[in-house]
Amino acid sequence: MMLAPVQRIGRVGVFLGRLLLQCGPALLRPRAVVHQVFNAGARSLIIIMLCGLFVGMVLGLQGFDLLQRFGSEDALGVAAALGLLKELGPVVTALLFAGRAGTSLTSEIGLMRATDQLTAMEIMAVDPLRHVVAPRFLGGLIAMPLLVAIFNLVGLFGAQLIGVQLLGVDPGAFWSQMQSAVELDDVVEGIVKSLCFGVACSLIAVFEGYNAEPTAAGVGLATTRTVVISSVLTLLIDYMLTAAFLGR
Amino acid sequence: MSDPVVKVSGLRYGVGRRRIFDGLDLTVARGKVTAVMGPSGTGKTTLLRLITGQLTPLEGEVEVFGQAVPGLPKPALYALRRRMGMLFQNGALLTDLSVFENVAFPVREHARLPEPVLRALVLSKLHAVGLRGAAELMPGELSGGMARRVALARAIVMDPELLIYDEPFVGLDPISMGVIVRLIGELNDALGITSIVVSHDVDELALIAHHSYLLSEGKVVAQGSPAELRDSPLEVVRQFMSGEADGPVPFHYPAPDYLEQLRS
Repeated sequence: MMLAPVQRIGRVGVFLGRLLLQCGPALLRPRAVVHQVFNAGARSLIIIMLCGLFVGMVLGLQGFDLLQRFGSEDALGVAAALGLLKELGPVVTALLFAGRAGTSLTSEIGLMRATDQLTAMEIMAVDPLRHVVAPRFLGGLIAMPLLVAIFNLVGLFGAQLIGVQLLGVDPGAFWSQMQSAVELDDVVEGIVKSLCFGVACSLIAVFEGYNAEPTAAGVGLATTRTVVISSVLTLLIDYMLTAAFLGR
Repeated sequence: MSDPVVKVSGLRYGVGRRRIFDGLDLTVARGKVTAVMGPSGTGKTTLLRLITGQLTPLEGEVEVFGQAVPGLPKPALYALRRRMGMLFQNGALLTDLSVFENVAFPVREHARLPEPVLRALVLSKLHAVGLRGAAELMPGELSGGMARRVALARAIVMDPELLIYDEPFVGLDPISMGVIVRLIGELNDALGITSIVVSHDVDELALIAHHSYLLSEGKVVAQGSPAELRDSPLEVVRQFMSGEADGPVPFHYPAPDYLEQLRS
């Protein structure tokens, strides 16, 4: 009973090793990878921008409410930027990615398994890991930091919209304090997190799809597992990375 | 007689406690159509998976083109598979590629042909199955019979020496079935391919098979030409060939006594 999760982690590790070996050859076909960046990234843009806007607006409201108690509402730009760059941007984007692109990857690969498309490739002496899985993994990996950057930009716009346009924070203070307080390390932390979440969410999505039981119920279960495992893993990795960056 | 293309001897295979093959022996002669028949659940598709190296037997030997398949390293297994083609029950076309690209897929993967040569090759294979005009359609736009013909064009595009058909007649209307039966026979004769057809459609197999095996309970229970199987005195063969509901293969799945079960 206790062995099953450990076995599964081991299988994910072995799968990642085999997948990484196929990523080099997959990169030699950039068109397939670009197509998957479009699938995972461009098709998630609307939901990412919409959620980024709302998260930024909430940050503007809550940040203003908190900061004005200390008479520091001019620091709203810093609070919003650091909150988005270091935490909310990468984490919320990863959670949305798992729900939008991750489920799509899992069900697509799972259905290819269920309809013998992957087996047909193996019989044609074509490795499905190289042809199907690696481009999708790389596509997700590349798309995640780009989506995080867009989420952050739109989020900042939302925070500015509420703080500056609606609640009257001085625009000069909003942007200049942000410029002087946000450092390169903060940006690097966000980028590192987005890359790690990209690896985790894409890996879980393709692993679950590739190993889905080839039935309708099996593909449905694999899709659910993708969302649940990716979400928990994202928050776990976030904690570990935050602790690591703060401990430096 | 030349060496058999496929030789299976003493094959034992099972999943969990269920034993599927228990000492199966079978050979497939070069240039012939060999039919593998048997009731549902006898492991016909499993046998194909063992022959193509997707599964590993518990015991026994599986040889294809004189090479032992179990334990073959991946590069050698892939090299062996390039000499085979397989038609899946549902066609297994790649749904994100057009008909043309589906047929071109193995060629693009394994050979660097100039585009005009590739186009001519793919169109010739589509012409052979009567679907040259459907080259630009997507798999979702095809009927079941058309999808299987496209899959057949894809299976022969690399000019395989061995063609394996997994239940090629399932779910087809009489016209599509007639087309597939004709194509299997013609491809075998015209291209000199060796064919294995797994099916339980006795009448269709009788038209094209040179030799037939009947599997039951993990073993070959009868073999010979379709006519020989029809004349077999064995009860299990007679039941299968004439489609009787009850016999050595029972109608009822093993169950406790009916009355006792109702009373309990």
